[in-house]
Amino acid sequence: MSVLEAFETLDYGPAPESPAAADAWLDDHGRKFGLFINNEWHTPEGCEYYPSYNPGNGELLAETVQAGRVEVDAAVAAARQAFYEWKQTPGMVRARYLYAIARNIQKHNRLLAVLESMDNGKPIRESRDIDVPLLARHFYYHAGWAQLMQTELRDYQPVGVIGQIIPWNFPLLMLAWKIAPAIAMGNTVVLKPASYTRLTALLFAEVVAEAGLPPGVINVITGSSKAGSMIVTHPEVDKIAFTGSTDVGRILRRQTAGSGKKLSLELGGKSPFIVFEDADLDSAIEGVVDAIWFNQGQVCCAGSRLLVQESISDRFLDKLKVRMGHLRVGDPLDKCIDIGAIVDQTQWDTVDAWVKTGMREGGEVFQPDIKLPEVGLFYPPTLICNLEPAAQVVQEEIFGPVLVSLTFRTPEEAIALANNTRYGLAASVWSDNINLALDVASKIKAGTLWVNSTNLFDAASGFGGYRESGFGREGGREGLFEYLRPVWQDRPRPDMDEESMGEPGWGTSTPARPRLPGKDDANGKGTASVDRTPKMYIGGKQVRPDGNYTRAVLGRKGELVGQVGDGNRKDIRDAVEAAHAAHTARPGWAMRHGYNRSQILYFIAENLAARSAEFAKRISLIAGRSTRSAQAEVDAAIDRLFTYAAWADKYGGSVQETTLHGITVGVSEPVGVIGIACPDEYPLLGFVSLMAPAIARGNTVVMVPSEQYPLSATDFYQVLDTSDIPPGVVNIVTGDRDHLTKTLIQHEDVDAVWYFGNARGSYHVEYESAANMKRTWVSYGLPRDWLDAEYGAGHEFLHEATQVKNIWVPTGE
Amino acid sequence: MAGKYERNPGMPLDLDWVSGARVNRSAVERRTASLPKRRTVKKEWQAAWLLRAITCIDLTTLAGDDTPGKVRRLCAKARQPVRPDMLADLGFSDGSITVGAVCVYPSRVKEAVEALRGTDIPVASVAAGFPDGQTPIPQRVAEIEQAIEAGAREIDIVITRTHALTGNWKALYDEVRLFRETCGEAAHLKTILGTGNLATLKQVYQASLVAMMAGSDFIKTSTGKENINATLEFGLVMTRAIREYRDRTGLKVGFKPAGGISKAKLVLAWQALMKEELGDEWLQPELFRFGASSLLTDLERQLYHFITGHYAARHHMPMG
Repeated sequence: MSVLEAFETLDYGPAPESPAAADAWLDDHGRKFGLFINNEWHTPEGCEYYPSYNPGNGELLAETVQAGRVEVDAAVAAARQAFYEWKQTPGMVRARYLYAIARNIQKHNRLLAVLESMDNGKPIRESRDIDVPLLARHFYYHAGWAQLMQTELRDYQPVGVIGQIIPWNFPLLMLAWKIAPAIAMGNTVVLKPASYTRLTALLFAEVVAEAGLPPGVINVITGSSKAGSMIVTHPEVDKIAFTGSTDVGRILRRQTAGSGKKLSLELGGKSPFIVFEDADLDSAIEGVVDAIWFNQGQVCCAGSRLLVQESISDRFLDKLKVRMGHLRVGDPLDKCIDIGAIVDQTQWDTVDAWVKTGMREGGEVFQPDIKLPEVGLFYPPTLICNLEPAAQVVQEEIFGPVLVSLTFRTPEEAIALANNTRYGLAASVWSDNINLALDVASKIKAGTLWVNSTNLFDAASGFGGYRESGFGREGGREGLFEYLRPVWQDRPRPDMDEESMGEPGWGTSTPARPRLPGKDDANGKGTASVDRTPKMYIGGKQVRPDGNYTRAVLGRKGELVGQVGDGNRKDIRDAVEAAHAAHTARPGWAMRHGYNRSQILYFIAENLAARSAEFAKRISLIAGRSTRSAQAEVDAAIDRLFTYAAWADKYGGSVQETTLHGITVGVSEPVGVIGIACPDEYPLLGFVSLMAPAIARGNTVVMVPSEQYPLSATDFYQVLDTSDIPPGVVNIVTGDRDHLTKTLIQHEDVDAVWYFGNARGSYHVEYESAANMKRTWVSYGLPRDWLDAEYGAGHEFLHEATQVKNIWVPTGE
Repeated sequence: MAGKYERNPGMPLDLDWVSGARVNRSAVERRTASLPKRRTVKKEWQAAWLLRAITCIDLTTLAGDDTPGKVRRLCAKARQPVRPDMLADLGFSDGSITVGAVCVYPSRVKEAVEALRGTDIPVASVAAGFPDGQTPIPQRVAEIEQAIEAGAREIDIVITRTHALTGNWKALYDEVRLFRETCGEAAHLKTILGTGNLATLKQVYQASLVAMMAGSDFIKTSTGKENINATLEFGLVMTRAIREYRDRTGLKVGFKPAGGISKAKLVLAWQALMKEELGDEWLQPELFRFGASSLLTDLERQLYHFITGHYAARHHMPMG
């Protein structure tokens, strides 16, 4: 090409970034990599290797080890060994290490970026300007938290050895999201990168070692999903953090069920991108480009469902099609492209199959007439119109450069369509009307909301999902708690007898039959009292159990002290419906302001106090405890109601100090409908300690009271009845705890289940939760001192009652 | 710029269109931050783009100390913006590359016209109360007439920013319409919005629309005398207005960023902006100009580096 020719055409021409340094690094290692354990390379004898290809040109980059049991054990042992010292290392010292890592990332930023693009296929612009700067940013940010941990998080301790499994779409960034908070908080790490993209994690390990981090704090092992499972099920691993597909997330949930391991999952999405008629349409078009053609659309939070207001949809789609014609697809190392290569042939085939499905479903598929390289895994930017929510491609995550578009008429309909998904990772809302934009943002169920922007990330803003997009947050103060536990709490190590735990039959129950009086029963002596059998409390009404069965409540000596309804599946079903109705009522429970909720909690406390002696007497009778002890429980319950009346308007969230020019607001939203199985230890206090934080923060609840001592809870509905609490906010279903819990955990319209029962029940709750990825909080059969303010009303209660939504609002006129 | 395109005759003022404009600043800023990182040209392509940029320069002197001598020197550089030996190395014949126009004050037009005699390089004159537009209309019209009389073929007028700031679009429309009629067939009209004086990006977009509706051949960012000159944000908003105007009317209006553009790297970003937002036609001098003075030397130095691989000395490039 001569200058003269180029002068006529004014084409862009090639603008390649040099791969020289990355090639040299690969050559230094003979293009064969072992495992990085204890700051050293380990090459196991006789191990298998796995090839890494450059998806941009199909060339073999290097080979890496397929780790087996021995290697996984070695890595976990190294992390465990390092943990003893690392957790004792003062936060201020850990901060210096994190700072050194951040600095060293910056010193090697170009090499990291180039290798990332070669290994993954993403455009060098993105790895250079987004991925690697954010990698450094995460270590800077968390260096700060390490520094502040001793003062700001003094009630917490590290969790232990963390197993981290990351995906191939952002190999370095996902590594940063996982490793930085973990080591900042004093944990040590075994990280397994995705099979398609293993190389930058290995390079990163060298960068870290060069920065001087002690051996064993970060260990990187490569391997197949088998190695992943070994990490997940390893008894010496205390927590698993995973980012990847919802299907694999389900497997991990089941594999870790009942083990006492912490788990955070960042999973899939089908995030809506909503354009109102009063948006800056030209800017919204660029937003779409950033939403769905960033990283070839291989982004968990990709704005892959375009929702355009009907009045502007033709114009908007015309503009979009023109814009798509300007996208450049090509060599990932070319500095002048927008879209690089799809990571692997398998993925390419999946994306292509989805597009064909879209065609079959009647979609109108548009792909611009642009040049694609002849070699390499390139896929054109694709738009599918004329489909409705019933189409599969509208519902399912495609994970490629494919956008589906729908229209809506009103803001209400936009919200309904946006929420018409099993996922809830992110959303983008475009309107120049701030009232409209923020209202919609507040009503979409997703962890990250971008107003007039999209795909913005920062370490100061926690990222994570609602619904089947997972749970836990990465980044921000909210993300730290995934790597912390209260100082009083040891790693739960429940008696894991997997066989008996997994045995069928959990949660089955046979209704009661008549029971003849025992020797401690009244047996016809004394004055006959009026029969008073408590009912269920559903939707603000006392209702008889659906099956019309009752069960006997026995005192400490086995004497009959009363009867309660024996709830079944349908009672739970009705209670869940009532709990939802309390949300959709106007005003819904969550939409009421905290002041209102606090007043109701104070009112409940007031009414409980008025009947305090009666409650104490009942506890004394049913649990055979001294009056003093029973009275102490009632007093503590009243105190707890005061505590959560206090918290009802003091846990709304915070302003996140991100790099955005504007405001990022972290809102603590309620989880939704929570099913709560109460402990037996304190019939009233256990019940109140769990109910109060949940409803204070705007959740509605289905309470399953202590199976052994349900009468305090059923007495309690009379307190509720006189306390102005709206119908359906608190529902009470008595009966066989595990039987009722089973229905709750399998109910796909329940957002979270808290279970304070035995180890086996805890196992099943965690296992079954995988069906819709609801959040769980279980006791693993460990008792808790509910009287203690820290154990019975610590920060973890508020944490479990909320989920953080971060709303990004750029400013400037 | 003559001939190749149908001139924009303007259209009746459409206030609904103007008032419906939406510009979201933060989104505009993100686009202008990312665009120069998404697009780059290297080697032969870069040399070609820079040469093309030279043909789009309105080589400008607008200073109180301008003299006939200064204007003559500028015009000589306009005829021969790149050293003949360098042009030959690039495969171009002598005289094949000139700047787009020479831009001066009305009182200097005559000297410029004389100095450019025998070339196709038009003389552009600022007029109509440059730079602030706070002069009565009759004087501003007379200034245009006198500049045309002296031989200017392009008139860079300034708008009354007061009208834009107060939302008096009718007054703005009437004013630009009058200037356009004054130019008639004798000269093309470039309308300077003085974007650095306007309140918001939305106002820039609206003023762009009104200026085009009133018949501007070009819309131009700045006089070079405002505190904020031609930024990519102003440029993006104005090019989007041009695009919208083209989509609705089929008419092509040119764009001229001016002020503060002195480095080759920035020129490439502007060119990428034009190519992406408007298309290749807007890389040609018929629809795209840079208002610049010191820029030319930097472009020449970059070309020298392309040819020789050595970084060039400023004093090796003939002064303009």
